[in-house]
Amino acid sequence: MMAADPSTAPAGKLRLDPAMVSRVRDLAARAGQPIVELARTHTTVSVERAVLRLAGLDGADREGMPWVNHLVDSVRDSCGLEHGVALPVWDALAGGGYPGLAALAADAAAGKVKFALPGADRARAARAAATAALARGFAAIDDRRAERDAMIAQTSEPPRPWIYLIVATGDIYEDIPQAQAAAREGADIIAVIRSTGQSLLDYVPEGATREGYAGTYATRENFALMRAALDDVSRELGRYVRLTNYASGLCMPEIAALAGRERLDMMLNDCMYGIIFRDINPQRTFIDQRFARQIHARAGIVINTGEDNYLTTADAVDAAHTVVVSELLNEYFAKEAGLADWQLGLGHAFEINPQVPDSFLLELAHAQLVRELFPAAPLKYMPPTKHMTGNVFAGYLLDAFFNLAGVMTGQSILLIGMMTEGIHTPFLSDRDLALENVRYVLRAAGRLSENFAPPPGGFVERRAQQVLSESAALLTEIVDQGLLTAIADGTFGVTRRPADGGRGLDGVIERAPEYFNPASEFLEGAGTSAGLSGVTGGVA
Amino acid sequence: MNGTAIGAGTGAAQPAIIRPYGDTTGDGRVQVSFTLPVPFGNEEERALAEGAALQLAAKMGLEPALVVHAKGMGARFTFFVVYGTARHLVDLSQVVITRREYPLLSGPEINMAIRSSLGRKLVVVGACIGTDAHTVGIDAILNVKGHAGEKGLEYYREMRVVNLGAQVEVPDLVARALAEHADAVLVSQVVTQRDAHLAGARGLARGFASAGARRPLLVVGGPRFDPTMAGELGVDRIFGRGTTPGEVASYLVHALTGGAGAAAGAGEPAGTTTLTVGGGAA
Repeated sequence: MMAADPSTAPAGKLRLDPAMVSRVRDLAARAGQPIVELARTHTTVSVERAVLRLAGLDGADREGMPWVNHLVDSVRDSCGLEHGVALPVWDALAGGGYPGLAALAADAAAGKVKFALPGADRARAARAAATAALARGFAAIDDRRAERDAMIAQTSEPPRPWIYLIVATGDIYEDIPQAQAAAREGADIIAVIRSTGQSLLDYVPEGATREGYAGTYATRENFALMRAALDDVSRELGRYVRLTNYASGLCMPEIAALAGRERLDMMLNDCMYGIIFRDINPQRTFIDQRFARQIHARAGIVINTGEDNYLTTADAVDAAHTVVVSELLNEYFAKEAGLADWQLGLGHAFEINPQVPDSFLLELAHAQLVRELFPAAPLKYMPPTKHMTGNVFAGYLLDAFFNLAGVMTGQSILLIGMMTEGIHTPFLSDRDLALENVRYVLRAAGRLSENFAPPPGGFVERRAQQVLSESAALLTEIVDQGLLTAIADGTFGVTRRPADGGRGLDGVIERAPEYFNPASEFLEGAGTSAGLSGVTGGVA
Repeated sequence: MNGTAIGAGTGAAQPAIIRPYGDTTGDGRVQVSFTLPVPFGNEEERALAEGAALQLAAKMGLEPALVVHAKGMGARFTFFVVYGTARHLVDLSQVVITRREYPLLSGPEINMAIRSSLGRKLVVVGACIGTDAHTVGIDAILNVKGHAGEKGLEYYREMRVVNLGAQVEVPDLVARALAEHADAVLVSQVVTQRDAHLAGARGLARGFASAGARRPLLVVGGPRFDPTMAGELGVDRIFGRGTTPGEVASYLVHALTGGAGAAAGAGEPAGTTTLTVGGGAA
């Protein structure tokens, strides 16, 4: 793993101009600042529900609607959310003599509670009670983080690149044996693909689930079941197997809270994916995202960003710079939220049409550029999908080239390509052959990175520098017109998303001056990450 | 299914009866790979596993067959690659081809067809109607994210998609569709209790009929629909389980840009499913 302060980094293999590198970072920060300001001055229904989840409120009514939804909706109906959900809730909790939040939520759902913003004295008491509840919640998350460190110490940290495999049966009880088998076959990271459309649900389902569409619902119980199963197999193998899920969609911060509580290790958490591919309102997404990332930072979770997705809609050569721009934006937003370099699983992909001359050289140029721009980030490299044609033999070859590009450019996480991509969910044998492919490449060429340097002034270097300058040009445009306008104009993934369009805008609320969020005190204040292991989250 | 059997004589030199070709005409040689739930550990287990693979090959019509590769995967499974001689014959005169009533087009072809024949964007309004809150189907067809490796209709440059989401009342849908000058209305119905999907589809057709104005093409989809019921329900086309965005887009182009003169509401209700036998469909 290369480690360097980017501002003084040597030119690396591509002889990138350090001034240009700091220029694109500076531009990304300027593009992102107004968005951060938006997130600082607004809240959302999902942020407020996440506060309640961090305080330990779980469960749902008989129809499966979670108590956190009932409580937040009731407060919104009674006195609005511009002051946050905490003061009215903890005031009513004390005033009504309730044993806990669930009992209050049940009464609220039945229309028996009238919430109000408490006056000064009662507000002080409510504030103290809410803060105490969140302190317990964060202590639990801190414990889970320490537990991860202990598990890694007790088993071992696998060498990089980490092998990332997907399970997606829809039934958590089928996912578990498949995940354990994949770990035994060599997977270092298991990602449980979520049920199609969960990102558009404005609530998090409850309990263990046995049916989903092309994936398994993200629920607290499913998280806990899978983490426990992977702990078993980690001990058996003497190697810590990480678990990944998705903090995306309309419930992004709530799922981040559940991930922290159940010791998930990585979460898909892109700054723009939901906007572009799911038509979720841009403002809702950015506000939710900041709070979700603050929780991830605290919980020691590595985020995975989704730049690979842009290349499934846009051309991988023409749009190469949009990937870099999105990575720089993701980095800015992540660091602002308190995530450290080691938590930035920035994404990119091997998606150039294999019919294009020099396609592999272009892939190397792009992959090495990303490696050098983000030297300390655990980059996640995604295999070909768009040009997997059903010719499984050619696909197997393409996957081998992807693996080769991955080791040549020192990628950190390799999502393993399946030769049957786009045909069916992988057979047992597809996965086994894919692992055989990557094992061969690692064995034969694992040290290629230290022995590979593109010649000065050559094709690879020139292409990387070209993509970097195109990135600077695009970032300049974005700074000029504003990121929300750029998204509205279809800059990313060729899809236009206006700032007031898409789902979830009705869940965005401007904060009042007296807005109170008891979690923010832990996530933004002096209490951040004190005494935690790992790298402390330096804010840019 | 309106399949047609193709007569022999698809080429003067083409015999009607053929066999797979390895490296010699008529040798019948094929390759298959598969997994059996048997261990591949000690010598006896290996012998049993290979014997099992050969038995399967024989029952598949591959005889003689040769296991050229066998590999244990975990404690309970073995993967095989087998070459064998297929004893079956292919009779070209008996091949049945089922054609969809519209050609499957690529993304660029769809955009091109809309541009050249409409000269403007094709407007699609989508919704889940009534009490149905299951937007999985309509989102899979409309969202850029798409389904089954295909991007949704939003991705087509020449389409303008208005996705109204869940629980839209039919009068609201009709009003919005007319206001948007929709060329097509797509409705997905997942809930089937007490035939809610059928009632919903009929309600949709009635809603547009009573609005009086030129109605857009009405397309309904859902896992429990019978695609042959379009006429009976008063809609133009029904798509069943497993439909991809590309199929819907291709159909819209066919129906709306005069692919077969099936103008909105005027064409005969189509009712074929879209399985293609031997056509190498994705």
